[in-house]
Amino acid sequence: MIPAAFDYKRASSAAEAISLISQYGSDAKFLAGGHSLLPLMKLRLAQPAMLIDIGRVKDLSYVKDAGNHIAIGALTQHMDVENSKVLHEHAPLLSKAASHVGDAQVRHRGTIGGSIAHADPASDLPATTLALGATYVVQGPKGQREIAAANFYKGFLESDLAADEMLIEIRVPKMQGAGWSFQKFNRRAQDWAIVGVAAWRRKGEAGVALVNMGSTPILATSVANAIAKGASISDAAAMASNEAEPQSDLNASTEYRKHLASVLVRRALEAASK
Amino acid sequence: MTITENKPANIIGTRLLRREDPPLLTGEAKFTNDLNIPGALHLSVLRSPYAHAKIKSIDVSAALKIAGVIAVYTGKDLQSAWAAPMPCAWPVTADMKNPPHFPLAIDKVNYVGDGVAAVLATNETASRDALDAIDVEYEPLKAVVDLEDSLSDKNIIHQDLGTNKSYTWPLLVEETPGCVAEAFKKAKYKVKERYVQQRLIPMAMEPRAIAAVPQPFGGDITLYSSTQIPHILKVMTAITLGIPEQQVRVVAPSVGGGFGSKLDVYAEELLCMALARKHNAPVRWVEERSENTQATIQGRGQIQHIELAADENGKITAVRVRIVGDMGAYLQLVTPGVPLLGAFLYAGVYDIPKAYDFECTSVFTNLTPTDAYRGAGRPEATYAIEMAIEALAREMKIDSFELRKRNYIKKEQFPYTAFSGLTYDSGDHLLAAEKAAKMTDLVGVRAQQKKQNVPGATKLLGVGMSSYFEMCGLAPSRVLASLNYSAGGWEAATVRVLPTNKVQVITGTSPHGQGHETSWAMIAAEKLGVAPEDVDVLHSDTAISALGLDTYGSRSLPVGGVAIALACDKVIEKAKLIAAHQLECSADDLQFENGTFSVKGSPDRALPLAAIAFGAFTAHNLPDGCEPNLEAQVSYDPPNFSWPFGTHMCVVEVDTETGAVEILKYIAVDDCGNQINPLIVEGQVHGGVVQGIAQALFEEAVYDSDGNLKSSNLAEYLVPAACDVPAITTAHTVTPSPTNQLGVKGIGEAGTIGAAPTVITAIIDALSSLGVTTMAMPASPQTVWRTINEATRGGKQ
Ligand SMILES: Cc1cc2nc3c(=O)[nH]c(=O)nc-3n(C[C@H](O)[C@H](O)[C@H](O)COP(=O)(O)OP(=O)(O)OC[C@H]3O[C@@H](n4cnc5c(N)ncnc54)[C@H](O)[C@@H]3O)c2cc1C
Repeated sequence: MIPAAFDYKRASSAAEAISLISQYGSDAKFLAGGHSLLPLMKLRLAQPAMLIDIGRVKDLSYVKDAGNHIAIGALTQHMDVENSKVLHEHAPLLSKAASHVGDAQVRHRGTIGGSIAHADPASDLPATTLALGATYVVQGPKGQREIAAANFYKGFLESDLAADEMLIEIRVPKMQGAGWSFQKFNRRAQDWAIVGVAAWRRKGEAGVALVNMGSTPILATSVANAIAKGASISDAAAMASNEAEPQSDLNASTEYRKHLASVLVRRALEAASK
Repeated sequence: MTITENKPANIIGTRLLRREDPPLLTGEAKFTNDLNIPGALHLSVLRSPYAHAKIKSIDVSAALKIAGVIAVYTGKDLQSAWAAPMPCAWPVTADMKNPPHFPLAIDKVNYVGDGVAAVLATNETASRDALDAIDVEYEPLKAVVDLEDSLSDKNIIHQDLGTNKSYTWPLLVEETPGCVAEAFKKAKYKVKERYVQQRLIPMAMEPRAIAAVPQPFGGDITLYSSTQIPHILKVMTAITLGIPEQQVRVVAPSVGGGFGSKLDVYAEELLCMALARKHNAPVRWVEERSENTQATIQGRGQIQHIELAADENGKITAVRVRIVGDMGAYLQLVTPGVPLLGAFLYAGVYDIPKAYDFECTSVFTNLTPTDAYRGAGRPEATYAIEMAIEALAREMKIDSFELRKRNYIKKEQFPYTAFSGLTYDSGDHLLAAEKAAKMTDLVGVRAQQKKQNVPGATKLLGVGMSSYFEMCGLAPSRVLASLNYSAGGWEAATVRVLPTNKVQVITGTSPHGQGHETSWAMIAAEKLGVAPEDVDVLHSDTAISALGLDTYGSRSLPVGGVAIALACDKVIEKAKLIAAHQLECSADDLQFENGTFSVKGSPDRALPLAAIAFGAFTAHNLPDGCEPNLEAQVSYDPPNFSWPFGTHMCVVEVDTETGAVEILKYIAVDDCGNQINPLIVEGQVHGGVVQGIAQALFEEAVYDSDGNLKSSNLAEYLVPAACDVPAITTAHTVTPSPTNQLGVKGIGEAGTIGAAPTVITAIIDALSSLGVTTMAMPASPQTVWRTINEATRGGKQ
């Protein structure tokens, strides 16, 4: 439980953070809420030589109505996503997903940016923002760029984010009254999902993404396409795993995961269709 | 007969808040690792990453170069530090095989986590860094992980023993030779079942922590340890290290739970002491959580085969049991005895003839050693008999509660001499079971179940139950001797009334969460007529409490608590002589009530205990031959075990699509005789039930075929949290124990014993319409889903 030795610098703005990370290169890591990074460091599975603490970059903690989308600062803690009135009105699915992250302590420390940047397929917010068709805004030494969530996740804990880039904002399209459901199946209330489903539905349109069903969060496009073509919910749900390649672990075999995904997608779409 | 009957609850029987809680809740309590010990060196232990391997070479040179590292020792380096191997105090048979076990492995490692090298450094970080710098060359050997594989002796772990079998222990009780076989031949109904008790990891809130502090000169050493057994540890470390016992003092500061896992003598305790003496400096160690999953003993680990024979009415006519016990790589303090603690309980709460055939074979595996874990042997036995009763009821197509009723030992049969010759002190199983059924609304639930569990339904309701007997407060000592146990079963207590009428109770029990300070103060306060706040309870330091046998096996109240009551009696007896002397009357004419002696019939001729205490201190006016001071010491060896019992019931709903199980209702009716503090009793039942539910639904030490622990942290080893378990409704029947003056029995393990079979039988009941008749533990959603598939599709998934 004692990490390897490391240095520490605190950044007070995004610009300072980016300049620091460019300076220290690949041995450096951003530290946001620390709730994914520090456990890895304590087990010495991650041994960065330099931590650049962005946890106090307060101007990146916000939830704003930006017209057709909601803009969320990368350093916004899960608790604030959970409790945001703006999100309750325009993207309640994301608030609900945030309320399912770990326990209250985790939600008071962990950030939405950290969760997405970490790109853990078992995390709730990457899949949820993917289902909602979010866009991520990242800033690097050469300026800002936008990445569609659908193009962001590249592999297990791998994303399109360059080592010297920082995620600064998450843009979530307004849900415009769509029905929605977040289904998280786990053995203990505070655990990561064995399988999770984030889904919304507006008449013939639907968005469905899966948690922990492969090396990245998975967009279940077959399900959405089937719904668009007028398939029944249970027929659509049967395609839940078409895009997934779920792993096998202590809690679930590949086969059981696929089965769970179809049950949970069906339940999610039923709830979203009410 | 008992205090509570004579004198309606005054202090005993009240829900006094635990005096232990404020310091624990405010963080004021000092655990071993909170002790500030200037100049202490930090120990870290390098552990084997292999379950079974030869150590070819160890290179510590790089580790020694790290700033702050003082020394690195291998098993070979320390060979001469041990006067004896690590102790096993329960050689269950004369020919039991017990491989020598030393704090560090010498040329071969036998489980993942086996100690290979010890680092001493001036700080924790340096000692941890040094572990990464030690280079060990291993030659991996085939690991023996599976119990049946171990039994086959294909790969032998301890070559010198020539076998993986540690012992075979039979308990055959027959009215006439061959009557068991005869009963099975004649039986109208028979069942033959196999159950697996998965390995569990005890997971105390506080992992183990140790500090050994040598005196600057003279050779005395104090061991601070997060242990359940300071007294036993003192004897055992003295023997193992070859230190004169009077030079060893053991202190258990606040201890954050044990559940049996701290009922042991561990390598790290011996390493800290040996190295503290060698370096003449304090040495401390604290266990990491993931280290705790490998280096601290585990519980359960048995394969059970049970057969019941019954007549046409379902009356059980014979019981046959074969179990294979998983000892792990070595025998720890009481490892081999754990299955024996259950050996007498495979007939459960049922009245059976002398036709009982039990045999346990215990084997070594390349896994962490097992040892006592809450219930130790008794939850396993109860699970087997209660599951087998359900199987028998299915076979007979009758209700399992009805079958139990036909077999319960009846109230009027107590004290009941069992087939084994043991005497069950008191009980009323039917009363407890009927109370549980009423509280569960069994009739209502069954009606609801009929409505709900229709073909095609995906949320199925089930009811489960188990009736249990616990055998606890293990004593008298001579019965333990007949089981080859190396220690006794007595407990010591001293009660001292100070000059100002404040009371010190010194106990040999060693609480680590059970609330003894509160309960023992209540006993002394009730007896002596003082306020509980005026009673201080001293414990867990061998310099203060010199005699004792510590806390485990639900023994503390029926043995240690009763010892306190007896010591109070002795104090009162002495005070009475002084009172008689001062009041100039005969002692026989005096009565003692509410802390005052008075002459029967003339209440104004009275002396309060306070005056006598002060008089005993000044010693100005004592009867001839009476020693000064008001103090008494007792070592109490109970005449019998205590036999708590009860019935638990629960209602579950199973989601057949996902396999998820939800416990809707949990009712625990326990009978531990008279209760000193019902609040504490409830707390013990709650915690125990949660641990039983944990075994039923959540927890399992999962190993791969190479002996690697896959569930080695709290993300993988699923200890349930408060939100994962149901509200538990507790209730009691009160059948006082006739064997002790308080009428008490133990309650520490009851919940754990009752819960697992209650939950599993409920799941099977819910799924019975799908043809499900078995359910492995833990009944994870995946396991439930697979079992349903196997039953409904008739094939394995
Ligand atoms: C006990 C526990 C339970 C949990 N349960 C859940 C759960 O049920 N569901 C769930 O989804 N999550 C869960 N989590 C994870 C939690 O949500 C984390 O907070 C989150 O995954 C990471 O956010 P963070 O701010 O803590 O990131 P950190 O740990 O600080 O960082 C994570 C990674 O992202 C990088 N990073 C962080 N911020 C940025 C940024 N703005 N730009 C670029 N890179 C960045 C860091 O360098 C690091 O590599 C749990 C965590 C714990 C400890």
